[in-house]
Amino acid sequence: MGIFVDKRTRIVVQGITGREGRFHALRMRDYNPDTVVAGVTPGRGGQDVEGIPVFDTVAEAVEQRGANTSCIFVPSRAAGDAVVESFASGIELAVCITEGIPTLDVIDMLDRAKNEGSRCRVIGPNCPGIITCGEASCGIMPGQIFQPGPVGVISRSGTLTYEVVGLLSSRGIGQSTCIGIGGDPIIGTTFVDCLEAFEEDDATSAVVLIGEIGGRDEEEAATFIRNMTKPVVAFVSGRTAPPGKRMGHAGAIVSGSMGTAESKVKAFMEAGVPVADTVNEVVDMIAGML
Amino acid sequence: MKLHEYQAKEIMRRYGIATPHGRVAETPDEAYEIASELQGHAVVKAQVHVGGRGKAGGISVVKTAEEARDAASRILGMNIKGLTVRKVLVEQAVEAVKEYYLGVTIDRSRKSIAIIASSEGGVDIEEVAAKTPEKIAKVWSTPKEGFMPWQARALALAAGFDGSAVAQVGGYFSSLFRLFVEEDAELAEINPLMLTKDGKVVAADAKITLDDNALFRHPGYGGLWEAEGDDPLEQEARRRRLTYVKLNGDIGVIGNGAGLVMATIDAIKAEGGEAANFLDIGGGARAEVVQNALELILMDKGVKAILINVFGGITRCDEVAQGLLKAIESVNLDLPVVVRLVGTREKEGRALLRDTPVVTADTMVDAARRIVAIAGGGM
Repeated sequence: MGIFVDKRTRIVVQGITGREGRFHALRMRDYNPDTVVAGVTPGRGGQDVEGIPVFDTVAEAVEQRGANTSCIFVPSRAAGDAVVESFASGIELAVCITEGIPTLDVIDMLDRAKNEGSRCRVIGPNCPGIITCGEASCGIMPGQIFQPGPVGVISRSGTLTYEVVGLLSSRGIGQSTCIGIGGDPIIGTTFVDCLEAFEEDDATSAVVLIGEIGGRDEEEAATFIRNMTKPVVAFVSGRTAPPGKRMGHAGAIVSGSMGTAESKVKAFMEAGVPVADTVNEVVDMIAGML
Repeated sequence: MKLHEYQAKEIMRRYGIATPHGRVAETPDEAYEIASELQGHAVVKAQVHVGGRGKAGGISVVKTAEEARDAASRILGMNIKGLTVRKVLVEQAVEAVKEYYLGVTIDRSRKSIAIIASSEGGVDIEEVAAKTPEKIAKVWSTPKEGFMPWQARALALAAGFDGSAVAQVGGYFSSLFRLFVEEDAELAEINPLMLTKDGKVVAADAKITLDDNALFRHPGYGGLWEAEGDDPLEQEARRRRLTYVKLNGDIGVIGNGAGLVMATIDAIKAEGGEAANFLDIGGGARAEVVQNALELILMDKGVKAILINVFGGITRCDEVAQGLLKAIESVNLDLPVVVRLVGTREKEGRALLRDTPVVTADTMVDAARRIVAIAGGGM
């Protein structure tokens, strides 16, 4: 169980012959050997990466290896094209790790993905991927820190997710699915999309939401949570960030009065969602809910 | 990358959008020359990357070339909200019978491009949106869908533009949308767009911000970037290709991942300390990057102690530790350092640090507490 990926997930790694693509394809395979079925690098068809067959196109990986999910490590200039290729070839979920894709390319790839039909979901870009504990890892998350359990985790940040997950696991609280939705201003799967799926997921009984400054995703999530039956704990990073400065993530910026941590914390409070002041407090709050 | 008004206007002219005649000047004499060509009646405008130039005295309307020279010598070198004025735009003064607003920007929630029109130009659009939302009209599009002139006319009408201006303004909207997409902008804005007495439509002020991630498609734009105004350490960080923001405290911070670094800074604050900077070494950080980051932090003379917080995902802890050791060797690192390494190849990373002077911490909160105690103790 869990959301978006599970033990039936069949991953094709686009950009598998690059340094990061190769490194993480092997780690994903270590996590669950059944889930990584192919790699794609145009011009490298017929080769293999430690036994993972490499194809020239995603279509071949779908036809010959039954891939249904793509994990994208393609450089930023070509990543938008890689996402669109995956959907056009029958992939249902594209997890785009690549950072630094031009914003208009992201808008364009999501627009084209939508055209391929509602079955297509993009996670990211500029994200660490997704892991359903004990079943499948699609991305770059360090599998060893996760343990199966009832808490769903959604976050705009990779390493901050690991921080929280590490603390949860050390307290014996396992996770169902953990998703890094990405730090870009435009992303495919939002907090609300994940909350909707967690609400339906039998394996999840509570959710941790890790937000940050910039945009209105947290505010929209707060509105959605009002109608959820499962409890959610929120954390917002960037409370001390100066306005007008991009804090690492392209999307982490307070512009004018938009995107402040105060606005997000206030939205959660008003929706009755407890907001933790520290990562340790996130775990204390969740522990009290289970 | 924010462009100056004169740069934005150059680009807009390429797309057929009319702007007042004029040029940029770097000296009072150049301003005199340009104003002479314009028969004296001109506007002298400070070129700085900040709003509110007019209120700060950075814009002057002049009647003669001599006055233009005086205005330029007053404005050049002026400090506006911390930025020094190095250039002025000298252009023909335009008399408006009506001022409009035209803008194209990214709408994060809708994952699309927003095209915004208002019949209330020349003022802050956020204010108009708050006070008189009925004077603003918006539509959304994508690069694939495009934006047709008829849609532009409908938008202009919805925003309450005068009938006579609709056709011409409609054309400008299509041009501005095309510019936005072709040039990879994050913001393209004309405020105000002036309707003149003789029925012409002119972009009196212009703003363009370009997407840094798309600069590879526009090799010519490298030269447009002007660092003026950035903190010197932020400029150095840019040269070193590091993601860095200067803050006001005395604790240097290095971490991997934007969210983690932001949370680390928040945690330092919660413990009663103050971070000197935000510095994200990102995913896949190698030893050289860590060394590079430490060198930059050490250039900040206000830094009393350094906190390094690395949670390995794509980043390998042994590489971070190696970088740290190299940096300690290469620069004369005599500041206290607290390091917190967890995640991928964590044992190897910690083993490398065992016989060094750095303090290690187990959790982020623990690390923040230790570094604040150390930095506070030195005061």
